[in-house]
This record gives sequence, structure tokens and C-alpha cells, in this order.
Amino acid sequence: MSEVKVREGNAGAPALVMPERPIYLDYQATTPVDPLVLEEMLPYLTRDFGNPASRSHVYGWSAEQAVERARQQVADAISADPREIVWTSGATEATNLALKGSAHFYSGRGRHIVTLRTEHKATLDTCRQLEREGFEVTYVEVGENGLVSPESFAAALRPDTILASVLFVNNEIGVIQPLEEIGQLLRERKILFHVDAVQALGKIPVDVEALQADLMSLSGHKIYGPKGIGVLYVRRKPRVRVEAQIHGGGHERGMRSGTLPTHQIVGMGAASELAVRSMESDACRIRQLRDRLLHGIMGQLEEVYVNGDLECRVPHNLNLSFAFVEGESLIMALKGIAVSSGSACTSASLEPSYVLRALGKPDELAHSSIRFGIGRYTTEEEIDTTVALVVSRVAKLRELSPLWEMHLEGIDLASVQWAAH
Amino acid sequence: MAYSEKVIDHYENPRNVGSFSKAEAGVGTGMVGAPACGDVMRLQIKVNGQGIIEDARFKTYGCGSAIASSSLVTEWVKGKTLDEALSIRNSQIAEELELPPVKIHCSVLAEDAIKAAVQDYLAHREDGSSAPSDGQ
Repeated sequence: MSEVKVREGNAGAPALVMPERPIYLDYQATTPVDPLVLEEMLPYLTRDFGNPASRSHVYGWSAEQAVERARQQVADAISADPREIVWTSGATEATNLALKGSAHFYSGRGRHIVTLRTEHKATLDTCRQLEREGFEVTYVEVGENGLVSPESFAAALRPDTILASVLFVNNEIGVIQPLEEIGQLLRERKILFHVDAVQALGKIPVDVEALQADLMSLSGHKIYGPKGIGVLYVRRKPRVRVEAQIHGGGHERGMRSGTLPTHQIVGMGAASELAVRSMESDACRIRQLRDRLLHGIMGQLEEVYVNGDLECRVPHNLNLSFAFVEGESLIMALKGIAVSSGSACTSASLEPSYVLRALGKPDELAHSSIRFGIGRYTTEEEIDTTVALVVSRVAKLRELSPLWEMHLEGIDLASVQWAAH
Repeated sequence: MAYSEKVIDHYENPRNVGSFSKAEAGVGTGMVGAPACGDVMRLQIKVNGQGIIEDARFKTYGCGSAIASSSLVTEWVKGKTLDEALSIRNSQIAEELELPPVKIHCSVLAEDAIKAAVQDYLAHREDGSSAPSDGQ
């Protein structure tokens, strides 16, 4: 697969030529660093390499200045105050700090936490850990469109609820949760509100005041910034406290110790500013590409289903299930494009996506789902190539599929007595 | 998932894809697996008057190794007697295709498909619904 050919250059020096790579349509997994962002980061790896915590010389001062400028950039992107921004190694750490840190600090008030069944694993696994520590967690169900209703969310709240955590934009299906209503509910009841806005920043407006968020996780590498940097927003008014999870030096006002990675921070700051600046033009272009992809596939293939609400959704994500073809063979057939699948086919288990299951999808449809993630560098030509590939490969797999044949014969597959094995 | 070249070859160029009419004389159909488990194999054999499997067809809903296992089996059963076909073991299929350990169940399913197809053929012959004209 990754065979590298050596080509003789004009000057006689061999040049490395990578074999043609698949079309990248996995922008919800990660994004490349924008060249403008990279350019800002580079000086902080070499010339301005100082430790921002060094107070006694210019190396430290210039690094500190860069860190504070980036803090302002991130704060501006979410309508926060720079003193509310805490640097972390990524959004997973930010979410761990938000949930564990606040649950530990406020455990005297109550031990109940509310979240959604379709949260990111960073939230779900952290909640599992808190359950092991004696907290109680309610996982609120979502509708078949992936959205939670504020009513069912309100019904899960109890007098001893201290914290709630909701994913603004779902990473698998791109749906936008009604956070303003939820934020209002929580503020009225004085329950802390953590928002995972990792997939929202740069795609839709993110405003901590409008959402009434108390804590918010952000990530650098989902917004064309570097990996290994994230942010936890911690509200100052009314003041929210979190117990540190990492100790040693008292950086970030004691909430997160460790030498600050100046270049990563500069990258996250620049990427945040760029994300907000290019949000509207990106979204407009990406929506056109998404529609082209959706109509191209749906116009030529039957029995294709959109997972998650199509209206209340960022256009950057299109999650489709292809009935009567199996997930792993679908991924094999689509090796010309880099996408994610709802099927955990790389592992021994046949565990389909828990997000699609929470939407009430049958296992077969969860297995045969593909997440197309469209981004800043996706071209119309790439979308057209993808449509043609998907249509021809799915048709080929269906010709191979006895289930497709039965479907065409009008047999209801649910009525068939399948042999167990 | 690192597949062998043989699996990829069968996956990309599957042999004997298709169906026989179930009403046709001498046809046995075996369908095994379940959609919820991620694999359904349908193997059909066509048996001639001498009790020899003269042709085979398959359709499979499943992963690359499930498709490859069933494609391989259609090649192997052709020209064999029913007893010879029934003696094909999943371990032979797994060995031929160099299946990774997590995909051994695909070869088991292919062996089951042969048994189911032969049983179906024999059941039809007994009740005479589509008996082969073997003159006995």
C-alpha cells in the first residue's frame, strides 16, 4: 500500500514520490494545520524558544507575550475573557479537568451528573470513572434525529444534580444540540454547565454568554491548528472552581501545571482567530459541496439513509448508511477515499457505533454507515470523484449481496428466520 | 486489517457470483449467517445425474474475507461428489486464504454453507419436489 517509488530528478538526485493518496474526507477526525497558522508557530520553535514562565529575561518575556496574545485570540473567538482560558494538552484533557475537577470541587453540594448517551468518549469515559468514585450519572436519550429535547433533559435534573455536560456539535453525525435552552434550564437551577464545543468552533457561532456555559472544551487540531493543544474555558462571573488534575508548578492559576508549549498555543490562537474569520465563507462553500455529495449519491442509489437531523446540523458532516451492504467490505471498496465508518471493523468485536445505536438504528445500518467529513480544502472535483466511486462500489457490493436480491424480490428481511452462528 | 493477496483477489474478482432458480432440478441452496451478525452467505450447487456438483453460485453480504471464503468454496466444490464437498473443512479454507485469526468465523460459515446446500439438495430429492432425473 505505502510503497514509495524513487524517481530520478533532472539533476540526477532521486526524488521521493509518494503513491497517490486517497481523497481526504475525514475532517471531523482531524484537520491539517493551515499554512498561515504554521507560519506563526515556527519562530516559537527556534528563535523565540523561551519558557513563558521565565520572568528574568527577554526569552521568557517574548514567549509569555505570545501565549497571552493567543489567550486573547481564543477568548475573543468564544466571547470570553482571556483570564477564563486554561491551556491543556487537548480537548480530552480539558473535558477530564472540567468534569472531574468540578465534580470533585462541588461534591459537597450533590453527586449527580447529567449528560447525553451520544457524547464523545472523552465525556462518557470520564463519567464512568466518576461513577466508580461514587457519583451518579444520568445518560439522557436522544431522538432518532440525534437531538435531545430540552424537556427530556429537564426531566433528568434532580435537586442533587451539580453538573451537566453536552456536546454542542456531535462528532459522528454533526447535529447541533439546543444548548441555549439547556443553558437557561441549568442556570435557573444553579447547575454547572460544561459544553464540549470541539466540533462547533469555526463551524457555528460559539458564545459562552449566549449558551450560559460555565465550562467549555476546545481543541486545536479540529480547527486547522496543531494537535496536542486544547483549552478549557472556566467562567469567572459567577466564579466556577475546578480541582487541578495535574500538579507541579502551579501554572495556569493552579488549574493545570506544566510548561506551556508556546508554539502549540500560538497555533491554537491563530487557528481560533482564522476559524471565526473564515466561518461564514467556509460554511457557505462546504454546504454547496455537502449538497452536491448528498444529491449525487441519493440521486443514483436507493436505500441510502442520512443519520442525524439534516437541518439542525453543520454542513461539514454527512453521515450515510447504505442498506444491504456490510460495513467492512464497504470500507474496503472505498479505499480511494479516506473516511470513517460506524463499524468497528478493525477490532475483533462487531460493535457498531454507539451513537447510531442511540438513534435507534438497527445494527446492520449502523455497521454500513460512512461519515463524510468535508473541510476547508475539499474541492468540487474531489466530491464528484467520491460520488462516482461510492455509487459504483455500492452497486457492485449489492450485486454480491443476497440481502439486496431478497429486498428486490419484496421479501421482508425482518420476517426471515436467520440461522444463528 | 491486513488481508492476504488471495483474499483481495477474490474480493475484487469474485468467482461464480449469482443465483440459480431454486425450482431448477438438481439445485440445492444453503443460506447461513444473519444480517445482525454481519455475514449472510448463500451458496447454491447444481448436481447432475451422476451426483457430481457441476456448477455453483454464491452471493454474500459480509466482510472481505466472508466474500473471499464463499467465492473460493464455489471453485472448490465444482466437479466434486456430495461426499467430497462435505469433506471440505473450514481450516482448509482459512489456510488457503491466510485468514487472520479474527476472521476464522468466515471460513466456518463457508463450511456451514456447503453443508446447508447439500442438505437442501438431498431434502428436495427425497420429497421429489425438484428431484434430479437420475433414473433410480
